[in-house]
Amino acid sequence: MDLLRINTAGSVDDGKSTLIGRFLNDSNALTKEQIELIERKTKEKGLEDLDFSVITDGLIAEREQGITIDVAHIYFSSTERKFIIADSPGHIEYTRNMVTGASNSEVSIILIDARKGLLEQTYRHYFISCLLRLENVIFCINKMDLADYSEDVFLSIASDINKMAAQFEYKPVIHILPISSLKGDNVVETSKYTGWYTGKTLSEVLHEIIPNGINTDDFRLDVQQVLHVQNTEFTDYRAYAGRIISGGIAVGDSVTVLPSGQKSEVTEIRKFTDTLSEANTGESIQLRLKDEIDISRGSMLVKSTDEKLLNKDIAATLVWMDEKQATASGKYLLQAGTRTVACKLQQIEGVIPPENPSAIAEASNLKLNDIAKVQLRTSNPVFLDSFSQNRLNGSFILIDTQSNNTVAVGFAD
Amino acid sequence: MTHYIQSHLKTLEDESIYIIREVVAQFQKPVLLFSGGKDSITLARLAQKAFYPSKIPFPFLHIDTGHNFPETIEFRDQLVKELGVELIVRYVQDSIDQKKVQEETGKHASRNALQTVTLLDAIEEFGFDACMGGARRDEEKSRAKERIFSVRDDFGQWDAKKQRPELFNILNGKIHFGENVRAFPISNWTEEDVWSYIAQEGIGLPSIYFAHQRKLVKRDGAYLAHSEYLNLVDSDEIVDTVVRFRTVGDMTCTAAFLSEASTIPDIMYENKASKSSERGARIDDKRSEAALEQRKKGGYF
Repeated sequence: MDLLRINTAGSVDDGKSTLIGRFLNDSNALTKEQIELIERKTKEKGLEDLDFSVITDGLIAEREQGITIDVAHIYFSSTERKFIIADSPGHIEYTRNMVTGASNSEVSIILIDARKGLLEQTYRHYFISCLLRLENVIFCINKMDLADYSEDVFLSIASDINKMAAQFEYKPVIHILPISSLKGDNVVETSKYTGWYTGKTLSEVLHEIIPNGINTDDFRLDVQQVLHVQNTEFTDYRAYAGRIISGGIAVGDSVTVLPSGQKSEVTEIRKFTDTLSEANTGESIQLRLKDEIDISRGSMLVKSTDEKLLNKDIAATLVWMDEKQATASGKYLLQAGTRTVACKLQQIEGVIPPENPSAIAEASNLKLNDIAKVQLRTSNPVFLDSFSQNRLNGSFILIDTQSNNTVAVGFAD
Repeated sequence: MTHYIQSHLKTLEDESIYIIREVVAQFQKPVLLFSGGKDSITLARLAQKAFYPSKIPFPFLHIDTGHNFPETIEFRDQLVKELGVELIVRYVQDSIDQKKVQEETGKHASRNALQTVTLLDAIEEFGFDACMGGARRDEEKSRAKERIFSVRDDFGQWDAKKQRPELFNILNGKIHFGENVRAFPISNWTEEDVWSYIAQEGIGLPSIYFAHQRKLVKRDGAYLAHSEYLNLVDSDEIVDTVVRFRTVGDMTCTAAFLSEASTIPDIMYENKASKSSERGARIDDKRSEAALEQRKKGGYF
């Protein structure tokens, strides 16, 4: 069984929570307690159709206001696949949560109200999906029941979606589905009211999608810790613990240590009591090297010397996530994987309006939810790839040195 | 770029080991909160794997309510001996004796909520800056919104609206003096994943997880372990039958299931067929719809 990570997004009242509830219900994945809660709440509110939203709205304030505030994670599995759904709030003030949810997802589901069509939020969500280079974006045109299941309505919105997508350089695979999460049309069950639609249901699409490709070519390992052991069984054991960000490594391979540039050879790859001949992307391992060289937390091991990985000047796209605004020459900590360095926001080149990405506007500061092209300068080198080449080694966060908050996420050019 | 598929259990294990190592690297004084339940036992196993051949480089902390199952305590002591880790135990009874908390009374009296005070005191006493726990996001609705690194203020409080965004695999553990982080390495595991992993790794569990004969109190349709800690009322019925526990909390607030399942595959099959969630057996969560969220805001795990 494999794992698919999904991000859902929609504007207020687009029925995102209802969609997830409907998906779980029709997939037979709700627990007895959840079904009882749904039935009780539906009755209390005097609703005609089952109120599935109570499943995802977990916080007291969310239930009071009937909206989703924070990313919720929902877990469920079918016989073929395990799903993790990051349910992100749709309103503008919580865009940072949408970026957060999408950063750990492979697929984005964007909801559109059939009666309203594309809104500013839709552009923002699609922009974020492209910025994060998700390979699949599913548009669910929801509330088709309130639009008389009209093919014309569907086609007109689909055409607007395609027009929007045409403006972007990045081209994900786009799926467009007419659904009603309230009534259950084309979520898991094929609708009997949309005979004109010959495409797949949401469940079918989610089962057929191939998870995001990962970079298996370029070996990158962030050193988390250096382990020393000296006992009767392990005399003078010294190993570098970390998770392989990308690529693979085998015993006998020669590696280069960043930032020092020193070279050595892999003599052992260990996972608990097992020693392995090779290891691949995503694995948490311990590596031992032939030579005793200077390696500490924050060092990176790569397979071949790659000078361009040593960088102090970084051009990137930033999403600002803090209420406290950023100004040019502001100082922060930059964390990429296990490496943290001081950095300066050298220049704000411009803010990108998600509704019209080519119209970059000049700006002297960055506000919450702004997306901007910037130049950063770090105190010590970092080892970033371009985000388009290597998602995990092309992203970083900025930390405010006073509040310690994560104030921005960056994607290296 | 290549598409390659790896088993989800392996992905989860690699992710958890990464998180545990980050906790040790980023904090001065981490601790693992050990309850003796299957989730903290799984966490102990992952910690062992993360550092082997080194020993686990942090102590285990058990907040003992005094109402634990004796089988759990016995198992706990055996496990820490095997792993060679330091076990710290702090007692809710002490907090009661010091008049910091008041024992609940009546039919539903439980020490579950009182643990918070004992826990916060222990954090302060030892200066722990990171407490790892075996909570999972699939357990409960407010848990579903918890970060992997969850910052708590001086009073141990959780503010859902002020959570730091967590992006990709980057964990920001920067805190001010006096603050601490609750870290959840198995956030993304489900109950089924935990059981599959226990089976795959051959991890031992306290015997109460498996079907056994026990003296019980049948109350409001639920079966509670018979013990001196339970305040009996007239409508309670004492029965003696074969049951197992699906989650392990205090004897006063964890309900048993009538079950003959004595192997892990049987348990997994039965859990799935029951269509019930595991916290359905936790009487403490049933106090109100937001019971767990309210306890979390106050510093509960």
